[in-house]
Amino acid sequence: MSSTRPFAEIRDVAMRYGGVEGTLALRGTTMMVEKGEFIAVVGPSGCGKSTLMRLVTGLWPATEGSVIVAGREVDRPLSIAGMGFQNPTMLPWRTILQNVMLPLEVVEPHRRRLRAERAAYEAKARALLASVGLAGFEKRYPWQLSGGMQQRASLCRALIHDPQLLMLDEPFGALDIFTREDLWSVLQDVWIERRPTVILVTHDLREAVYLADRVLVMSSRPGRIIAEQVVPFGRPRRLEDTYAPAFTDLVHTLRNQIDEARKAAPADAENLTHAA
Amino acid sequence: MPLDQPGATHALSPAAAARLAAQVAAARRRRRLQSMLPWLVTIGMFVVWEIGCRVSGVAEFILPAPSAIAMSIVKWWWPLLENSWQTLVTTVIGFALAIVFGLLLGVAIGSSALLYHGLYPLLIGFNSVPKVAVVPILVIWFGIGSVPAIITAFLISFFPIVVNVATGIATVEPELRDVLRALGARQSDIILKVGLPRAMPYFFASLKIAITVAFVGSIIAETVAANSGIGHLMMVASSRFDVPLVFAGLLVTGVMGVLMYVVAVAIENRTTGWAMRGQNDQRLAVGG
Repeated sequence: MSSTRPFAEIRDVAMRYGGVEGTLALRGTTMMVEKGEFIAVVGPSGCGKSTLMRLVTGLWPATEGSVIVAGREVDRPLSIAGMGFQNPTMLPWRTILQNVMLPLEVVEPHRRRLRAERAAYEAKARALLASVGLAGFEKRYPWQLSGGMQQRASLCRALIHDPQLLMLDEPFGALDIFTREDLWSVLQDVWIERRPTVILVTHDLREAVYLADRVLVMSSRPGRIIAEQVVPFGRPRRLEDTYAPAFTDLVHTLRNQIDEARKAAPADAENLTHAA
Repeated sequence: MPLDQPGATHALSPAAAARLAAQVAAARRRRRLQSMLPWLVTIGMFVVWEIGCRVSGVAEFILPAPSAIAMSIVKWWWPLLENSWQTLVTTVIGFALAIVFGLLLGVAIGSSALLYHGLYPLLIGFNSVPKVAVVPILVIWFGIGSVPAIITAFLISFFPIVVNVATGIATVEPELRDVLRALGARQSDIILKVGLPRAMPYFFASLKIAITVAFVGSIIAETVAANSGIGHLMMVASSRFDVPLVFAGLLVTGVMGVLMYVVAVAIENRTTGWAMRGQNDQRLAVGG
């Protein structure tokens, strides 16, 4: 039964801030995500991408509609999710290793086992850090690392408790293009190895097409999914592939769809606010 | 991908090596001067004071010279020591109470908007009441002795601690909170793992203020309602017009305040070094 149902179902979800007269961030948003799938959500800025992410992880409740993840209605924060943000949000008083191990101190069953099996967990964290190229930096503090390195560590923290769902909100948005491309490869390797379900919110279309199995396009506020592109390229993808004609064509198509979304938007939003 | 591994040395030209050595030496001289400066300034102040008194010939019962104060300290060393010990113990007890209750209330107010809005006006009101005015009431309740002094020290040093701890906890970045909430963390986890550590620099900043005002509190109470302590000693001395002894009391109080401040700073540096990151490196870099 569960094999026929998608891993995450978001049906007709609306989200309004600040009461009845407040801003409508999402409206009629529907999306399905299969287990182990890599989804990218793109759209014009301010379209409610981050709102969508907070709904799926249960940080905020939806105003309307239903969000079901792993067969359960989401009504409070999910502990099966790992999160990464644009800002690495490392705790400055903890070393990199301690930062990466933070989720283990919170999420069951690791929380109970941590004291007894600290050595094993620490070895796991070290291995994870090594896999993103941070071996030897375990005892450093976050501010001793560059932005790109902090973001790698942040990715490790999102993965340490083996989440089934990885939510990334523009994780590479603040990085320069070379570091960003490095981290795309790191993220792809991690995904191929562990196969978590990933929802990546971004406004870098190359990033979306390079990483995702499926790219969803959102309209301007109030956001909903207006288009979908399946990315047909095999894995692992290489950075050179991003310059191939088929790849650029896909990016171009997405680009046009977003332009249409932006053009259609202002009038649309106006109408809806008045109607509501 | 190249990651910057430390300790990669390469040969320097003699001129560059000499320049680097000069920069390091300049930085060292600067630091040595910086550590000696407090002593130089303090000694300088006493010298100016002494010369001023001698040149102007001002009477000893108006403004005694440092030499007269020193002689008074030598003469009355035992009562000074005994009473300042009393004051120190009183202050530290009041201060410790202020830390305990200040932390608790600060955490409560900082993590709950309801408590914050409910209690803040009341706290401001309490803090605005001059503590001298409270001492007579404390005397009626507890009698003459060290209890009113302890409570006054507590009351006066409690407020800065509460406000600072509450600010530290209330200003936790929302994303930091989300990282933990998304893992299903309880409110208590968030306070313990993020709120409290983040509030520590604020807490220690407040301790430096609180310890010095705690002395103000206990000495105020001692001058009004005690039969021991440095405040009481100064009252007795001034009633006998022994102004050098009054000044000796002030001096001893000042020294105790500085010592406690140094203790607070030492603890701060050990526990919240992360908040002062890079300052040492910067000083070296600026030296060039």
